[in-house]
Order: sequence, then structure tokens, then C-alpha cells
Amino acid sequence: MKMRAVMMRILLQLKHDKRTMVLMIFAPILVLTMMSFIFNGSDYHPKIGIINAPMSFVNKLEDSDAKVIRYDENTSYEALKRSKIDAMINFKSGIPQIELEGSDPAKNNAVLVLVQKAMQQTTQIVPEITYLYGYENMSSFDNFGPILIGFFVFFFVFLISAFSFLGELTSGTLERLLSTPLHRWEIIMGYILGFGVFTIIQSALIAWYSIHVLKIMMVGSFGFVLLITILTALIALSLGTLISIFADNELQVIQFIQIILVPQVFFSGLFDLSTMAPWLQAIGRFMPLWYIADALRNIMIRGKGWSDIAMNVLILTIICVFLVIANILTLKKYRKI
Amino acid sequence: MKLNSSCIKVEHANKCFGKNQVLFDINLDIPYSQILCLLGPSGSGKTTLIKLIAGIDVPTSGEVYLLDEKMPKLSMMSKIGYMAQADALYGALTAEENLRFFASLYNISKVKQKQRIYEVMELVNLSNDLKKQVKQYSGGMKRRLSLAIALIHEPPILILDEPTVGIDPLLRKTIWDELYKSRDAGTTIIVTTHVMDEVEKCDELGMIREGKLIAIGSPNDIKRATSSNTIEEAFLYYGGASQ
Repeated sequence: MKMRAVMMRILLQLKHDKRTMVLMIFAPILVLTMMSFIFNGSDYHPKIGIINAPMSFVNKLEDSDAKVIRYDENTSYEALKRSKIDAMINFKSGIPQIELEGSDPAKNNAVLVLVQKAMQQTTQIVPEITYLYGYENMSSFDNFGPILIGFFVFFFVFLISAFSFLGELTSGTLERLLSTPLHRWEIIMGYILGFGVFTIIQSALIAWYSIHVLKIMMVGSFGFVLLITILTALIALSLGTLISIFADNELQVIQFIQIILVPQVFFSGLFDLSTMAPWLQAIGRFMPLWYIADALRNIMIRGKGWSDIAMNVLILTIICVFLVIANILTLKKYRKI
Repeated sequence: MKLNSSCIKVEHANKCFGKNQVLFDINLDIPYSQILCLLGPSGSGKTTLIKLIAGIDVPTSGEVYLLDEKMPKLSMMSKIGYMAQADALYGALTAEENLRFFASLYNISKVKQKQRIYEVMELVNLSNDLKKQVKQYSGGMKRRLSLAIALIHEPPILILDEPTVGIDPLLRKTIWDELYKSRDAGTTIIVTTHVMDEVEKCDELGMIREGKLIAIGSPNDIKRATSSNTIEEAFLYYGGASQ
């Protein structure tokens, strides 16, 4: 079968090109590992300079793991200016005056929360807290890890398929293929199957590594995660070949990434969009990565089953089929039959 | 319609890319077992014309017939051995893997593949480099491998776009000898070139200039008609006349 010949050729090319193969697998794993280091860090303990404050207040700050340093008025201002401390506190007639270093909103917030906590009466009733999904001290990496898995599978598969199909165009091998009795669909399907085999292994490895080595929160079924990542790989694959038909060179492929991939990242749920105008939020519904991220989050964080992801799977499948057909049709640009 | 005895027939073919017309009313009638040389400066439309004949592109108006079948037609593609101007090879693969891949696109059986790979590689004198990755090949070796791939499925029609560029004179002679042999065995061959001395070796010569077929006939007829001693003179004669 001719489609099989195209597929085997692609696998053979990958076999000869070991560096690409190794990079394709280790680059996403490396980036994910680094991101887990960055976002899994423990809570920030603010550094607070004290000029004058009641002992009880200082004790309470220290109890909540703040780093408290005593200063007089001059030295504390100097320390603040050099960003050695995040805030200085001075009680004047019983009212705390806080001056913040102020350049990092996260640190500002940490200081303010801490001070407010220290000011509170100890006799307050402590509420009982339970979590429907997630857990106490859930890290932000747990929250957007699923999106990152989806994104990296998408990104790296898109890259390899766009560049290798473009190579086929620029080297003239595509024209050579079109001078043989190959159908256009046999070329596209052969491509998708050839890279499909490899990218399925790749995305399974990425998912497995994130869950079992990086310990991203995962309460759902690994099978569903695999299903979504495989669909992701297939969509990225066919989108990559489609883009390369429209691109004349590598630089244009990179420019297409800015148009096609970057907006998807913004709308994927990596950033909270719930404060945005509803019609703007709706843009996400036109992007495959939104459905991928939504499904992966539902599976991994909320442990949801088939009925909750079925709609996403259906939409992703439709996108995939649509892209494959678009590929076969746009190849007409190079041969009419 | 008259009785069709020609192998390749082009009738009133025009080709435009957007507003830019590159071929003007081309008519060709090539009988079986002939070698047709298309001679013309680069940019004259040679490659466009042979792409029309090979069925990769379609004429804007006019018709192309191959073995009495109207082109483009997918089933006819297996009757053509096409060698493009660019060496369309997979650099990461070995020569053997390249050959085997293209052979399997023509549904050649495994046993037959092995035999054909041996034969064509013998012909282009690359038998010792069969297992080498193509990216380690020199320019001339790639050219020869491209030719070998075009021959792999023993097509009745060969379309070769500048096949002998970068090939040394000795091997060029071997290749031409082989082209004669296949012609005598019934293959019809179209070769484009801008090397004048190769033109003398063909049965029929077509001269292309600025998208127009300015002369067609055997090299001797063309020389006689223009009372020139060489093809070069004849080409200049027609070139001057067209202006």
C-alpha cells in the first residue's frame, strides 16, 4: 500500500535523524521539569523591617514565618531602597504605618495579608475548610500543569510537522511525489500516520513523565489523558502541514506560530479570563487548545469521566478531520488531480 | 479526430501564471521510440512545458495527450519516469532506501525491486554507494541517483529535466548510450538541456524561446533550414528572426 510506504519512509527518516528524535522527546520534558521547579516553590516569606511595633505584633509576624529585621528610621529607608526588605512598619500612636517596596504586586500582597492576619483578634472562630476539587496547599503548577502538557504536545508536534513538510516543499521531493501515481490523500494520510506513530509515543511519554515524575496532580484516568494528548498531537500535526503549504520558508512558519499558537496560549485558561468581556472570552471557543486544556483539567484535577469530556473529544475530532480534508484540498495548489 | 499514432501530443497549449503568460500555443507531436530534446535558455518555459506533459500541472488552455490518454490522469503517472531539475531526494535516507521508497509507490514487488535497484544503480555507476546516506553524496552523484529513480519502474515515457548537469563527460556518454538503448527498446524520451552538443544526439529537437516553440525538427533539418553549420547558429538565427 502506497500510504504505508509514505509512513514507513517518515519513520525511517526519523530513525536516521536521531538528534531530532531525542530533542523532540527531551525538550518538552526539560521545559516541563524547569517549570515545575519554578511554580512548585514553597510560599513566599516576606522580609519586613520593623522600626517601632508592639512585641505581640512582631511575635505574630514571626509566627507566620515572616522574616523580621529591626531598623531605625534611617537605615530602614536605606534597606527598602535597596530592596533588601519588602516593607517597613512603624507604629505611630497605635496605628501601623506600612511603606512597601512596591515593585512586585505578589510580594506586596503577601506583606499585606500577613499584617492583616497579625492585627486580627486571636479569639476569632476558625472556619472549617473542605475542598471539592484540589487540596490544601495545591501548587499553581498543579493548576496549570494539564494546560502545559497540552500546550507542549501541541507546540512540538506542530513544529516538527510544519518544518518537515516545508522541507518536502523546498527540496522538491513533494513535486517528485506528485509526479508518481500517489493520490493527494495518500500523501497526507501517510504523513499523519508516520508522524502520528512517533508523536503518540512522544505525547504519552510527556504525559507519563509529568504525572509520575513531576507529580502533577492527577486524580482521573490516564487513559483519558492519553486520548486527549493523542488528539492534540493529530490536530497539531495536520495544522502544521497545512500551515507549511501556505508558508514559503522557515521564517514564515515561525511567523505563523505567533498568529496561531500564541493567542491559543492566552485563551487556553493559563491566565484567568473570567474578568474579561464575555464576547472576548468566547474567542477561546474557536481554539483547539481551549478544548484540550479544558478536558485535561477536568480529567486531571477534577477526576471527571467520559460524560464530561465527550463533548470536547467530539469537537477535537471534528477539528482534526476538518484539518485533514483542508490539507488534501490545499495540496491541489501543487497538483490539480 | 484523426487516427492517433503519436506517443506524446500537445495541442495549442497555453500556460499563464496569473497575468504572466509563460507558454504560447505549443504544439508537439512525438512518435513512439524517439528522443526529443528541448533546447532553450533558462526561463524560456522548458520546465513548465514538461510539467504539463508529466501531468503535474495543467495547461490554461489546450490539451496534452499521453499514449492517447488526456492528461492529467493519475493512472498515467506510472507510465512516466520524471526527473526534476532539483534533486528531489531524501538526504537522511540511504540511496537504497530512496530507491525502495519510490519503487513501492509504483507497486513494484519486493523481488522485482531488488533486481531493478541493482540494474539502475549499475547503470548510473553508483552500485558501491548504495548504502550511503544521500546527504553524503556529491552533486553529480545525486543527479545520477535521481536518474536511477526515474528509471526504476521501467516507464514507457521518460521526462528528464536537465539530466546531465554536473555529470562528467565519461558518465554523460554512458547515460546517453543508455538512453539510446531504452529508445530502441521502445521508450519515448523528452530531455531538456541548454548544452548545445547534447542536442546533436537526439532524434528531434525543439527550440524554445520566451515561451514559444520557435523550431521543431531533426537537428540536421533545422541546420539545413537555417543554412547553419551548428545548432548554436541555428538557435541564434531563430532568436534573431523572432525579434
